[in-house]
Amino acid sequence: MTENRKDAESVDLAALRARLAEARGPEYWRSLEELADSEEFQAFLRAEFPHPAPDLTDAVSRRHFLKLMGASLALAGVTACTRQPTEHIVPYVRAPEEIIPGKPLFFATAMPMAGAAIGVLVESHMGRPTKVEGNPDHPASLGATDIFAQASVLTLYDPDRSQVVTHLGSVSTWDEFLQALGTALEGQRVVKGAGLRLLTETVTSPTLARQIEAVLDLFPEAKWHQYEPIHRDHAKAGARLAFGEVVETQYRFDRADVILSLDGDFLTRFPGSVAYARQFTSRRRTGSPPEGMNRLYVVESVPTLTGSMADHRLALRASQIEAVARAVARELGLLDEEIAEFLIPHKAWIEALARDLKRHRGASLIVAGDEQPPVVHALAHAMNHALGNVGKTVIYTEPIEARPVEHLESLKELVADMDAGRVDALLILGGNPVYTAPADLDFARHLAKVEFRAHLGLYSDETAELCHWHIPETHYLESWSDVRAHDGTASIIQPLIAPLYGGKSAHELLSALLGKPGQSSYAIVRETWRAEYERGRWPQYKNFEHFWQMALHRGAIEGTAFAPKSVSLKMPRGGWASPNAPGTPSDERQAGRQRTLEINFRPDPTIWDGRFANNGWLQELPKPLTKLTWDNAALVSPALAERFGLRNGDLVRLEYRDRLVRAPIWVLPGHPDDSVTVHLGYGRRRAGRLGTGIGFNAYVLRPSDACWFATGVTLSKTGDRYELVSTQHHHSMEGRHLVRVGTVEEYRKNPGFVKEMGEDPAPDMTLYPGYAYEGYAWGMVIDLNACIGCNACVIACQAENNIPVVGKKEVGVGREMHWIRVDRYYRGGLDDPETYHQPVPCMHCENAPCEVVCPVGATVHDKEGLNVMVYNRCVGTRYCSNNCPYKVRRFNFKLYADWTTESFKAQRNPDVTVRSRGVMEKCTYCLQRINTVRIEAEKQNRPIRDGEILTACQQVCPTEAIVFGNINDPDSRVARLKAEKLNYGILTELNTRPRTTYLAKLRNPNPEIEHE
Amino acid sequence: MAQIFHRSFNVIAKLSIVGAVVVLAILTTVLAAIDRSSYVTRVNVPREQPVPFSHRHHVGQLGIDCRYCHTTAEESRFAGLPPVETCMTCHSQIHKDAAMLEPVRESWRTGKPLQWVRVHDLPEFVYFDHSIHVNKGVGCVTCHGQVDEMPLMWAVNTLRMEWCLQCHRQPERYLRPREEVFNLHWKPTGDQLALGRKLIKEYHIPKERLTDCSVCHR
Repeated sequence: MTENRKDAESVDLAALRARLAEARGPEYWRSLEELADSEEFQAFLRAEFPHPAPDLTDAVSRRHFLKLMGASLALAGVTACTRQPTEHIVPYVRAPEEIIPGKPLFFATAMPMAGAAIGVLVESHMGRPTKVEGNPDHPASLGATDIFAQASVLTLYDPDRSQVVTHLGSVSTWDEFLQALGTALEGQRVVKGAGLRLLTETVTSPTLARQIEAVLDLFPEAKWHQYEPIHRDHAKAGARLAFGEVVETQYRFDRADVILSLDGDFLTRFPGSVAYARQFTSRRRTGSPPEGMNRLYVVESVPTLTGSMADHRLALRASQIEAVARAVARELGLLDEEIAEFLIPHKAWIEALARDLKRHRGASLIVAGDEQPPVVHALAHAMNHALGNVGKTVIYTEPIEARPVEHLESLKELVADMDAGRVDALLILGGNPVYTAPADLDFARHLAKVEFRAHLGLYSDETAELCHWHIPETHYLESWSDVRAHDGTASIIQPLIAPLYGGKSAHELLSALLGKPGQSSYAIVRETWRAEYERGRWPQYKNFEHFWQMALHRGAIEGTAFAPKSVSLKMPRGGWASPNAPGTPSDERQAGRQRTLEINFRPDPTIWDGRFANNGWLQELPKPLTKLTWDNAALVSPALAERFGLRNGDLVRLEYRDRLVRAPIWVLPGHPDDSVTVHLGYGRRRAGRLGTGIGFNAYVLRPSDACWFATGVTLSKTGDRYELVSTQHHHSMEGRHLVRVGTVEEYRKNPGFVKEMGEDPAPDMTLYPGYAYEGYAWGMVIDLNACIGCNACVIACQAENNIPVVGKKEVGVGREMHWIRVDRYYRGGLDDPETYHQPVPCMHCENAPCEVVCPVGATVHDKEGLNVMVYNRCVGTRYCSNNCPYKVRRFNFKLYADWTTESFKAQRNPDVTVRSRGVMEKCTYCLQRINTVRIEAEKQNRPIRDGEILTACQQVCPTEAIVFGNINDPDSRVARLKAEKLNYGILTELNTRPRTTYLAKLRNPNPEIEHE
Repeated sequence: MAQIFHRSFNVIAKLSIVGAVVVLAILTTVLAAIDRSSYVTRVNVPREQPVPFSHRHHVGQLGIDCRYCHTTAEESRFAGLPPVETCMTCHSQIHKDAAMLEPVRESWRTGKPLQWVRVHDLPEFVYFDHSIHVNKGVGCVTCHGQVDEMPLMWAVNTLRMEWCLQCHRQPERYLRPREEVFNLHWKPTGDQLALGRKLIKEYHIPKERLTDCSVCHR
C-alpha cells in the first residue's frame, strides 16, 4: 500500500502537536493521518471505497470490450431460462418431539473463558448451533455477551480443529491411546504416581476439580499444575498480602459514585466484565436531569476501553502506578511517606481525587488491574477498607478457582521437575504451554525430557507437536461440563451438538485415568451434582431429576453464588514495602536515566492469549482503539515516535535480555511515554490456516519474573516497513462533528446545548412529497454515554447476518463487510486525548440518498421506514454506496462468502440470505427478527410489544447502549429516548432524516481538577 | 467512381431493418414462451419420488387431513414433511408387504431418511412462511391446487413473483374463512370480493404493505 506509506510519511507529529495546542474549541480527530490532512490522505478518502476495483490489467481494446458487452447483454436474458436445480427434502425417520422445523430452539449453557463462565443461550436450528446470546438469568451475562462468546460458534465449526487422535504425528485411535496410557500408569501405580503430572488451565469446574482430586487420591505423589498465560497471580498474591489468604474480589460498580482504576480494565478484561460494564453504565445514563452520574478516574499504562470512559485519565508507565497508589493511600491517611518525585506535577490531581474519594465513603471504589504487582492490589484493598467500601462496593468471597494457586509458580515447579527428570508422564489438558510459557523457562526443551506426553486440545498446536499423543478436545458446545462464574454461580455446560470431529472432553480423559474409560461426560457431571443434591442443598426440588432439569433450563444453578466473606486486613505499619523486583519505581528511576524503555505485555483484545488465532471473525474485528485487524503491533506514544523518528508500520527491533523480536510500530495517542506495549497471541506457528504466521510472537520476550511489564527493553529501527491494516480511515465521514460531547455542568446550564451544535432542516425542505408512516415506524437510538466501544455488536451482527470474512488484503483496500462499525474519535492533544466511540449502522434515512440513485430499484423504502436492500435486484453499480453520506454500505467485490467449506454452511443463519459476488449489502435492522416477531404477533392478532424485537447488536450489548423499537408509539423506550434533549442525528443538515439517532455523551469531570 | 452497391441493396437494407425487428420480436417471444413453458417452470409436471406417494389416494379417497402429515403448517414457516414414523403408523399394519413401500420400510429399518424431491421450490432469497398464510385464511388449495386429485405430486403454479403478487396486491380475491383453509373443496357461497374484504378487516391484514420488498426478501 504505497498510498498509506506516503501518508504515514507525511505525518509530522511536532507540527500536529503545535496545531492542536493552538486549536480553540473542541477539535475531534480520528487519527494522526486525518489530523495531518495530507494530500495523500485526501486522495485516500475521495475514493468511496479507499481503493477502487483493481484496474483491468489485460489490454482489452475498446472494440473488444464493446463486443463482450454486446454479447453479455444479448445472452443476459438466456440465463433466466435455466431450470431451478432439483432440491431434496430429507425428513426425519423418527422426529424429535421438541423440534419444529423452521423454528429455532434455544438452550442454556455457559462458555468458559480463562476459567470464568459467561452464561449463554445458544440458538439451534434443527440441531445446528448458529448463534450465541446472553442468558438474562446468569449473573455474568445479564442477557449480554462479549466478543469471545459471540465468536465461539465459529470456532466450533472451524475446519482446522484437530480431528483425529495422533501418535508421534501419525493417525491413531482413542483406544490405542488408552492402552498406551494404561501402560504408562502401570509404572506409576508402583511409585504412587510420583512421576505423574497434570497440567491444566484455570479450573473452576466442580466436576473437573472432583476428578482431579480423585486422581490425586489414587496417585498421592502425583501433582496437578495450572497455567494460564493471562493469569491472575497478582490479584491472588495481593489478597494474600492484605488478608493472609486468597479471596475473590467482586465489585458493585452500580453502587459506586467515585471509581479509581489502577490499571484495571474492568470493562473488558475482568472475569465478569460484561456484568460490570452493565453496572458501570447504569450510572452513566443520563436521563433528565442527569443525577447520580458516577465519576471514573483511571490511571493506566496502556490505553484501554476503560480509560476511554474515564472522566479523568492519567497515562503513566506500568511501573509508576504503584507510586500513584501509594500517593492516594497517603492522602487517605494510610501511609506516611513522601510522594514520588515524578508525581509532583500530578499532585493536585491526586489530592483532588483523594478528596473526591473521601467525600464518597462507602460509595467509592478502587480497582487494581491484574497486571499491577501484588502491592498495588493490597493497597487497593486497604484503601477500600479505609473508605468503608467493603460490603458495599467491594465484596469478598471464597475464590472461584477449585485450587487457587499462583500459575507461574506452578509452571516453574513443573519445569523444575521436568528438568530434574522427575516427570515420567505429563497430561496437558487444554492450553498451549509450549507457545504461551514465558520464554526463559524454556518449556519446550524441558518437555522433551518427559517420557510420556499427551495433549488434549482443540487444535493440533505447538504443544501437540511436541507431545507423543494428541487427542482432539471437544468444544464447549459439544460436551457436558460445568463451570463457575465470577461470583461463584455454577452452570451446567450442556452440549448443543455431538462432537463434530470425534473429540474427547477432559472429563472423559480423567475418567480413563481413574480406571473408568468409556464413562460419558454426561454421567460424570451428573455424578457431581447428584452428590451435591443429596447433601440437601435444594429441598425445593422434589428429586434430583427435577433439580437437574431446572439447572439446565435456567443455565445457572440456584444458590451457588458464593456468600460474602468477612476478611480482616493485615496491613503492616507503613504499608507494604515494594519488593525490589524489576519494574518497581526505584528501578524505574534508574531506568529513566538510561533512557531504556518499559515494555507491557497484554492479551490481545480480540484473539486473547492466542487461542482464537484461527477465528476469522475475531481476526478481522478491528481492535478497539487501534482499529488494527489481522495483526499485532508495538504500540508507542506519539512523543516516543517523534524521538525515534518512527511512523506507523516501521519495523523495529525490540530487545530484552538477549531475546529479540521484530515488530511493526503503531503510534497510539494517549499511550504513556517511554514504554511500548505488545499484545500476546500472534506469531503462531501451528494455529490453522488463518492464524499461522501472522503478527509477531510477543511471548518470546515475556520473562517469568515480570509477566506484565519489564524495564530495560531497547528499541531500534530496522529501516524496514511492514504493512499494517487499520480500518480507522475507511468509510470516513470526513471530519464533520459527529460525536457531540458536553459535561454534566454544561447540560445543567443549558440542556439544549446538543441541539444547538447542529441544524435540523424543516421536514418540508424537500422536493419529494412527504410520507406519513402510519403503522410501525422502526427506529434506533444509540446512547454514547453507555457505549464502551467493546465491539460486541460488530461480531453479533456478523454472526446473525452471515457476514463474510474478507482477509487482510481486502481489509487493506477498504472492503471489510461489517454492517456496523465502531468509529473512534479523539479530542485534545496527542499525548492524552479524550477518546470517544460511536457505533455506526445504517441510519435508515427517511429521505435516503441511496435510494434515488439506484437505477434498478434494488434499494427502496418500505412502509415502516426501513431502507431495504433487495439482493436479487442488485446489479452492483455501487451508486448507492457512493451517495451514502454515512458510508454504511458494503459491496461484495468478490465471492467473499465461503460456499465451499462444508462445516461453515452449518453455522449460517437460515433466515438470512447468503450474498454472492457483485451484490451490495448493509444493515437491515435485523429484518429477519422483525419479520419473525411480526408473524407471531399477527397470528395472535395483537400489535408487536415494545422490546419484543431485539436487533442482534442490541441484544448483545453489555451496556444496553442500543435501543430499537417503534418510534410511532410514544410509550416505547426508543421514542422516549428520542424525545430526550441529548438526542441528535448525524449529518441531519443533509435532510436525510435518519431513523438511527444518538444520545450525546456527557462527561462528569471533577470541577476541582483544571482540565485543559 | 463506380457504385459499390447495386441498387437492389436499397431494398435489402430496408428489409433488414424490418427483419431485425421481426427477428428480435420472434426471439423474445420464443424465449419468453420457453421461460413460461412447463419445461422450465415444471408446472403440471408430475415429479418422480422415491416412493410413488399418492395424495389422490390418501387425501381424496381416504380423507386424511393435510395436517396429519404436514404438522407444522400452522405454526412454522415450513409446513413439514412427515417422518417415516408417520408412514409406519399405518403401513406397519396395512400393505405391510407391498413392494412399492420397500424404501419406506428400509428407511425405518436402517434409520436412513428418505430423500423426497421438492415440488414447490422457492428461490433461496425468498422467505415464505406457511403459518402466517394459513392463519390469515389462504387455503392450501389456493397455491397447491387440487392435491386430492394428484396421483403423484405436481405444482399447479409457477411460484414466481408475478404469481405471488396477484394475491399480495389483491388478497380479497383469494381469502377464505380460517376454518376452511384445509378444505380442498370450499367454494365461496356469495361474492368472493365482499367476503375477502370482510376477512381482510377481520384478520387485520395490512394489505397496503404486503407488496413491500421486506415482506418476503431479507
